[in-house]
Amino acid sequence: MSSVTIEQVRKQYGAVPVIYGVSMDIEDGEFVTLVGPSGCGKSTLLRMLAGLEDISGGEIRIGGRVVNDVAPKERDIAMVFQSYALYPHMTVAQNMGFALKLKGQDKATIDRRVREAADILALEPLLDRLPKQLSGGQRQRVAMGRAIVRHPRVFLFDEPLSNLDAKLRVTMRAEIKELHQRLKTTTVYVTHDQIEAMTMADRIVVMRGGKVEQIGAPLELYDRPANTFVATFIGSPAMNLFEGRIADGSFVTNGGVALPLPSDGKGDAASIYGVRPEHLTIAETGVPANVVVVEPTGSETHVLVQIGSAETTLVLRERLHLDPGQPITIAPDPAKIHLFSSEGVRLN
Amino acid sequence: MTLQQPALTATAALVRPARRRDRARLFQEIGMLAPAVMLLTIFLVVPFLLSFWTAMTNQPLVPRPTPVRFIGLTNFLRIFKDDLFWTSLWNVSRFTFWVIPVQCGLAFATALLLNQKLPLRNVFRGMFFLPAITSIVVVCVIWGTLFQYPTGPINQVIGFLSGGRIQPIDWLGDPNWAMFSIVLLSAWQAYGFQMIVYLAGLQGIPDELYDAARIDGANAFQRFWHVTMPGLRPTHVFVLVITTIQAFKLYTQVAILTQGGPKSSTETVVHYMVRTGFEEQKLGLASAVSVILFLIVLVIALLQRQLLRRFDV
Repeated sequence: MSSVTIEQVRKQYGAVPVIYGVSMDIEDGEFVTLVGPSGCGKSTLLRMLAGLEDISGGEIRIGGRVVNDVAPKERDIAMVFQSYALYPHMTVAQNMGFALKLKGQDKATIDRRVREAADILALEPLLDRLPKQLSGGQRQRVAMGRAIVRHPRVFLFDEPLSNLDAKLRVTMRAEIKELHQRLKTTTVYVTHDQIEAMTMADRIVVMRGGKVEQIGAPLELYDRPANTFVATFIGSPAMNLFEGRIADGSFVTNGGVALPLPSDGKGDAASIYGVRPEHLTIAETGVPANVVVVEPTGSETHVLVQIGSAETTLVLRERLHLDPGQPITIAPDPAKIHLFSSEGVRLN
Repeated sequence: MTLQQPALTATAALVRPARRRDRARLFQEIGMLAPAVMLLTIFLVVPFLLSFWTAMTNQPLVPRPTPVRFIGLTNFLRIFKDDLFWTSLWNVSRFTFWVIPVQCGLAFATALLLNQKLPLRNVFRGMFFLPAITSIVVVCVIWGTLFQYPTGPINQVIGFLSGGRIQPIDWLGDPNWAMFSIVLLSAWQAYGFQMIVYLAGLQGIPDELYDAARIDGANAFQRFWHVTMPGLRPTHVFVLVITTIQAFKLYTQVAILTQGGPKSSTETVVHYMVRTGFEEQKLGLASAVSVILFLIVLVIALLQRQLLRRFDV
């Protein structure tokens, strides 16, 4: 196991910069998720960590050692790819033992370590099969087996669950988390799925356009997003944002709707008002709204409502009967209101 | 019954247009396929079947007043007794044995090179493919000039490099060198096609496999051996089968440059067949040769497939 330090790392292809001086510290045994929309540079950063991409500037240290110019095989890392990247002509056992074979380990050692890994991932019955004879989930487990068999200092995952169906993704998510709890190996996990990031990580790094937007624990990002990008990226349905200004002790939206200010009294210069859908409730008094669409999911109901000219989403735990067009009154929880400047930076 | 009747009628009414639509679509499909099927039947299937029949007759090239007779396997027996046929078969086997490694090796090496991220990669790809789209007749004329004895460019270069110690070689006139020369020019002319096939095969290997191998600790040779080579197995089979079939059909180079000589050292089965059919005007006999050639190529192709299937291709 090892800590990972990324310091002012930059990447550019020709004259085009894609990563702008990214820095972060990943502690020994920590599970860190890099999350962001497509093209934000999270996979490039992971590949630079793996040594598959050159670094244009800055420094990467694994276990205190600068690895900028160290070949991937000497970084003592293991990587799980989106497409699993299993060698199609090798059996599961051969796939898992390939790195050890290249290292010149004897057959007995390879066999023992492959069986240990297979035991952890329940792969014993599949050891003699070829990848084409496995399901997507099994292939994913073999890819993880290939990584853990090497006892690396750092695990790197590049969107490993993207090719699986929704149900299997949930199962594999839990398996990866359980594996990390068991092995306690430092893990860097790339995903574009914020639910995956929230559920698995000790800390999340939110990236956009080659820059880090915020680093923090999942709930910290959820409760106190540093800016409007993080506020809308983390959480589903996304946070409701209203543009406007503070006047007469309340926030008046551009559409003329008055919203209550947060109880902490901070954020005088706010021009964006944010509230999460689950922090809006149907109340006796509050903001008048009209129901547009009702989406029951079973555990909760998503209700799209019209407030003035803006559309807003509510998430209700209670099973209320609402019809499109029905007038209701909604109220935000004053303790859960987020205020941002006109540049989108958090104020309260 | 009376209650069910309207329901049945409604169902039938629904089914009928659907059936009509299916039939219309079928006619449409047949209509679109018909020209291709007709042309293939007239120019490929019928002549192919006809050659089997002609092979068992005494059919001459130019019709004679005497009727064409069915003579069974006489043509085949006559061919098997002809030493020149066996020489041509031996020559074409020799040619195949040499041209496959030279042509496929050249194609594979070039494809590997052109698959790298080199500047002007596409220009080089086009240049290397150029011989494959050049007429074989033109290629033969060029190589005929290069091979000239004793003052052709190749002899001059060899003489210069060896300081005059190696005497000029009669590339196309010496029985020991003639087939080698044909191998050389044939491989040069045709390797572009195999190169394109190999390039397609190489590009079909996912980059992530190479990344995984690099992380697993594989060096460049190990990546080639454990990722590239297994990834190209189906391509190898295809290239091997295609090249073998092409090699067994060797004709144009021989017809233009050596006419089967010297001393029948470059006589090939197809050249033997054309001479029998058009010079000796024995169409039945020539058809029998074509049937034998077809069977030989078929057996080789099936054998190669079986052999390579064992390696999980």
